Amino acid sequence: MMENYFQPEIECASPEQIRAWQDERLVKTVHRVYNNVPYYRSLMDKKGVKPEDIRSTADLHKLPFLTKDDLRDAYPYGLLAAPLSDCVRIQSTSGTTGRRVVAFYTQHDIDLWDECCARAIVAAGGTKEDVVHVSYGYGLFTGGPGLNGGSHKVGSLTLPMSSGNTERQIQFMVDLGSTILCCTPSYAAYLGESICERGLRDKIKLKAGIFGAEAWSEEMRQDIQNKLGIKAYDIYGLTEISGPGVSFECSEQTGMHINEDHFIAEIINPDTGEVLPEGEKGELVFTSITKDAFPLLRYRTRDICVLSRKKCSCGRTHVKMSKPMGRSDDMLIVKGVNVFPSQIETVLLNKGYPANYQIIVTRVNNSDKLEVQVEMTPEMFSDSLAAISAREKELVDALKAMLGIYASVSLVAPKTITRSEGKAVRIIDNRKLY
Amino acid sequence: MTVKQISVFVENKPSTLAAFAKVLAEHDIDIRALSISETRDFGILRIIVDDSYKTACVLKDAGYVCSLTPVLAVEMADAPGSLCRVLDILSEHSINLEYTYAFITRKKDSAYMIIRVEDNEGAADILAKNGVRLVSQEELDLK
Repeated sequence: MMENYFQPEIECASPEQIRAWQDERLVKTVHRVYNNVPYYRSLMDKKGVKPEDIRSTADLHKLPFLTKDDLRDAYPYGLLAAPLSDCVRIQSTSGTTGRRVVAFYTQHDIDLWDECCARAIVAAGGTKEDVVHVSYGYGLFTGGPGLNGGSHKVGSLTLPMSSGNTERQIQFMVDLGSTILCCTPSYAAYLGESICERGLRDKIKLKAGIFGAEAWSEEMRQDIQNKLGIKAYDIYGLTEISGPGVSFECSEQTGMHINEDHFIAEIINPDTGEVLPEGEKGELVFTSITKDAFPLLRYRTRDICVLSRKKCSCGRTHVKMSKPMGRSDDMLIVKGVNVFPSQIETVLLNKGYPANYQIIVTRVNNSDKLEVQVEMTPEMFSDSLAAISAREKELVDALKAMLGIYASVSLVAPKTITRSEGKAVRIIDNRKLY
Repeated sequence: MTVKQISVFVENKPSTLAAFAKVLAEHDIDIRALSISETRDFGILRIIVDDSYKTACVLKDAGYVCSLTPVLAVEMADAPGSLCRVLDILSEHSINLEYTYAFITRKKDSAYMIIRVEDNEGAADILAKNGVRLVSQEELDLK
């Protein structure tokens, strides 16, 4: 099979070359953050590490870890490593405890992020002849801006659709001949269904899709591929590290190549922090080594996966990561489906509910039941039982669309869900699986 | 001509009503009428009280979610067929009744019903034109 690369000299560089880039860039980054960012200096001092101790990637394990809590503590400017006047963009992730996480970008950072996304688009068969239909949300969320920038770099015709308004999405897809769809896998599945229902399957020209920002299964991939008649590629990323495009799938569809010229990946034991050898399952940790404004050292993603350096048939030499197989924090598997409290939270926030909720999982007759308890608020309350029930139903539908499984919703009295500082108790698993 | 009703969100589980009644008792609030409609896991408690502003404040402080809804209070003879007559008038004019419940009265031989409709003014007009008497907040000695 003919392979497509955006930057072949980088994407297919020798492992020695990649290592040399990483060594040089890591050392530079460590010196820079130690000297410019008091937060890092104090973290490193606390661990007794000096920048001189880091001479190559072999010394990476000496550096302290960084977690989402650090990013919240340092909000908003505490981890900024470049003058604010050099920054041109802010993106943000939804927060779980009120404080959001914000990431800063200089033009250089935007360019490298766009390049990473361009690699993903080209790997999915994208060229300047393509019409790239971006249905990720635009705004603080990195999905839309990332793939939008990547598509520009490739020179494709970019359709900045953003999310929602399915009728218009489908109309443009038909009228403007979209060939590559970028969105969340759940929305891709929904679009596929909607297109089939309208009998428009023959009217669309899609050939590939790049789907990420959500956990999705191999079954879901098959379903999307069948419904839309495309090849569906996975893409991975996180705002903290840049956004989508930290890693992306190639034609082999057996894992995502991490852009190692920008990001060093490690797998650690989430309990001990010990670095695990290649092929072992553990928590994914990233160090960004080319970013100006917001370089992160040893950032714990909480995603559990496996790295593989096995030779890939696509010709790329960068390490591959498996699809995240779980979380080292609070992911649940319900009816075989990955459920992240953060997904439920996203739905609640989108629908205007407070982020105070509790998830209760039970097993009845060998079948899992998922219940989401939400506190009633004055804004949601109405004198009409029918109106409240309709809202409840709307929430159930939105959860189904997000999770792919049914979750019942129970409205509970205000202030009845336990609040705690830091990590709230979000999950009550009554299945006693272990 | 409406009466102030307080609607309160309550969970459908043991002792929630007892706890609620206790809050009102502790604040010396007199309940004149009460109705509950429920689903499997929650309900809406609707009350008419002697002092609605005070009650709303007390309930908010106690952590309840509640709202104030203006409803109609209809006076009728405490005799068979009275309610039927009122409902017939509403039905003839295609006015949808969302809910209704009885109200304590100290007046001999008459009864009060609370009725909730979409358009209070329209329904009040029609009822008045058909000789049904509506009572006001003041007349019921409510604050």
